[in-house]
Amino acid sequence: LRIMAGKVKWVTDIEKSVLINNFEKRGWIQVAENEDWNFYWMSVQTIRNVFSVETGYRLSDDQIVNHFPNHYELTRKDLMVKNIKRYRKELEKEGSPLAEKDENGKYIYLDFVPVTFMLPADYNLFVEEFRKNPSSTWIMKPCGKAQGKGIFLINKLSQIKKWSRDSKTSSFVSQSSKEAYVISLYINNPLLIGGKKFDLRLYVLVSTYRPLRYKLGFCRFCTVKYTPSTSELDNMFVHLTNVAIQKHGDDYNHIHGGKWTVSNLRLYLESTRGKEVTNKLFDEIHWIIVQSLKAVAPVMNNDKHCFECYGYDIIIDDKLKPWLIEVNASPSLTSSTANDRILKYNLINDTLNIAVPNGEIPDCKWNKSPPKEVLGNYEVLYDEEMAQSDGTERELRARPGQPTGLKGSRARDSGKPVLTTWK
Amino acid sequence: YPSPCHPAAPPEHIKEPLAYMRKAQGSWEKRILKSLNSMCTELNIPLAQKRPVNEQKELLNKWNEMGTDEPDLRLFRPVYAPKDFLEVLMNLRNPNYENGEQPSFRNHLGLIQVPLKVKDIPELKEDFSELGLNLGQLGIDDSAQVPPEFFENEHVHVGQKVLAEQDSAAAQQYVRQGCPTALRADLWALILNISNQPEDILYYEQLKSNVIQHNLLVDSLIYKDVKLTASNDDYYFVFEDYLYQVLLCFSRDTSILEHFTYSSATPPKSYIQGKLGVEEYAVFYPPNGMINYNSFILSVAPLCFLYHEPSKLYQIFREMYVRFFFRLHSISSHPSGIVSLCLLFETLLQTHLPQLFYHLREIGAQPLRISFKWMVRAFSGYLATDQLLLLWDRILGYNSLEILAVLAAAVFAFRAVNLMEVTSLAAAEAVLADLSTLKVMPLLQIFLFATVT
Repeated sequence: LRIMAGKVKWVTDIEKSVLINNFEKRGWIQVAENEDWNFYWMSVQTIRNVFSVETGYRLSDDQIVNHFPNHYELTRKDLMVKNIKRYRKELEKEGSPLAEKDENGKYIYLDFVPVTFMLPADYNLFVEEFRKNPSSTWIMKPCGKAQGKGIFLINKLSQIKKWSRDSKTSSFVSQSSKEAYVISLYINNPLLIGGKKFDLRLYVLVSTYRPLRYKLGFCRFCTVKYTPSTSELDNMFVHLTNVAIQKHGDDYNHIHGGKWTVSNLRLYLESTRGKEVTNKLFDEIHWIIVQSLKAVAPVMNNDKHCFECYGYDIIIDDKLKPWLIEVNASPSLTSSTANDRILKYNLINDTLNIAVPNGEIPDCKWNKSPPKEVLGNYEVLYDEEMAQSDGTERELRARPGQPTGLKGSRARDSGKPVLTTWK
Repeated sequence: YPSPCHPAAPPEHIKEPLAYMRKAQGSWEKRILKSLNSMCTELNIPLAQKRPVNEQKELLNKWNEMGTDEPDLRLFRPVYAPKDFLEVLMNLRNPNYENGEQPSFRNHLGLIQVPLKVKDIPELKEDFSELGLNLGQLGIDDSAQVPPEFFENEHVHVGQKVLAEQDSAAAQQYVRQGCPTALRADLWALILNISNQPEDILYYEQLKSNVIQHNLLVDSLIYKDVKLTASNDDYYFVFEDYLYQVLLCFSRDTSILEHFTYSSATPPKSYIQGKLGVEEYAVFYPPNGMINYNSFILSVAPLCFLYHEPSKLYQIFREMYVRFFFRLHSISSHPSGIVSLCLLFETLLQTHLPQLFYHLREIGAQPLRISFKWMVRAFSGYLATDQLLLLWDRILGYNSLEILAVLAAAVFAFRAVNLMEVTSLAAAEAVLADLSTLKVMPLLQIFLFATVT
């Protein structure tokens, strides 16, 4: 018999102040992992143990955790690409208009991930593609690492000799997933602002795969001038925008930490490029997020005890097309500046308000549809129930009588949930 | 631009009609120049020097990323700080005006003690009538709660028409109610008569090559000023490199010298070595006559949100400077000059929030000590960028900087409750430290049109 003490009991194995301060301000009680707990903010290693066949245990109705058991279907670089490719093929097979292709064979609506291959499995396919554009640059990323570790750029086949299955000089590369790499076409025409490259980090909260999106994403800027010249390929500061790497560059500025807000980005783009193309860009970004989640929804273990806050990394090219680079399961909660701390504190605060309604002991049978006062800086990105009751799963219409572009942008300011339109 | 005056007025009257103001500006300039010269001597650096060829090549290569340089700037210091300038303004006196009385409620309690005429609220209401409560405004009536059919859509439509007809006067009238973000860059260019013709681009390239060929002492000062201000700013750090490009070119631009005919300031002269005092060997130093950049770096930065071609950015900034911002850095009696703005601010506050003014004065927190830095930078670096641009829309629309003083007073009015509770200058500063969440148009509207006078 479990004694309902009334206050939420929490555990975490991530000692970050933005988390702990949020728990404490709700009057929640810290307990140890082996005691009865209601809320566990876990690292990805821990979630593996909780749900593993040997060591795992059953969660009860008053327990929730911050990861889905097989989040890696979305958050591992190779699996994300695999799932999206599978999703596209399925849509094509069922004749869905979403899977329409153009005259070059490119998906019109679903081409949002740069061309990617797994190594060593797809090595030959990669070589074929590489030879079509021998002057292209590709980026090699280890599947299982984060924070920019182990990433490098190549522009010659010889640089990835050891992943070639035929290579006689290479020792056998273990097929274990830890050493697998993905190789993606490098976006060498990113949108530059002030001559600098940046990427967009957006936080997406998923509860039962009905996604919400955090409005206050931020842009991370490289501190070094972007140059596509080949001699700079080795300069990681130019090409990678991860804060963890930028922090060690000579120019890293600790006061603002090289970050801009999304509303700055919007203001800049509207002022220099116009409102329509800016609205289109942000609509496309929403689209990417929703489609990527739909792609993994069928394989995702939609455990009712779980929610997850993903960190989406998106790069915008100079034609204002957004590209999905990767999705992080454990976006960093370390703060590099005061503003950053505030942003992440608010992120956790809004997340907890939605995941643990009213700050009370959770009940997994809850509706998971928060009232709009509670959303904070999140806006509802996609509500599957609402979409289906509309009768159209694909098209979400804007509220009648209101021009969609304008309203879409404004609702962001007020935090009201709005259904964006897509094509 | 110069106010109309008598045809027989001597040129110095066009610069500045009041003799005591001219004199004060002259002394201030001497002081600045002395500071610059002594820095030169101390550091043993020439004012100007031709660059060796390899240095020229290097600079050309890194023209777009000067922000990554880390020259040793420790020994350079800004020629003056805003508070030095404020001290000078506080000490201005009109020798013809006898005011033997002690400061009291019957006269002026503030820091500025010269009898310039400034407007009161009824006059401001008339001047800024387009900001009234019964007219739509961007910055208020385009918020999420207001359906766009009420105002925004029509306003955007009118803006597009104004641009299509390239009507500069209509544009100036139009922006009084704010610019839609997508139209702002073009509207400002239209009002400022900037069209970025090939000869303009060529002129900019010429300035750039001047920078490459010659190294000026002021370059280091510019560099240091940018590092101190924009590099650390949350919004503007992105554009650090553009700021160097614009300001270095600006310092070589002799066309700036033209504005000295209607500015109270006079460009400092320097003499070729060995020919001190010989007029034929006098040159303006720096070429554009401007020494201190600290105060107006931040007036370049917001423009980077609108213009990304360097030559256009440059021209817009130059025009904004010679029309408006130069008045913030020189001593004059002009209604948009910094002296008048300070006096306007203090008068508005003393007249409409006398309790607050008195309280702050009693605790040693003269309001102008806090608001001076806002006004001298036209609020750049204090407001959120979108709000700043809405404010500058009105500067262009009304062709006046008076709105800066009105906003400063409105900010104090907005935070009056908290300010009444503070007991020190430091605490007052803290209450007013963060303006980044303020919405300027509602504040202005409430202060001008919804406060009981």
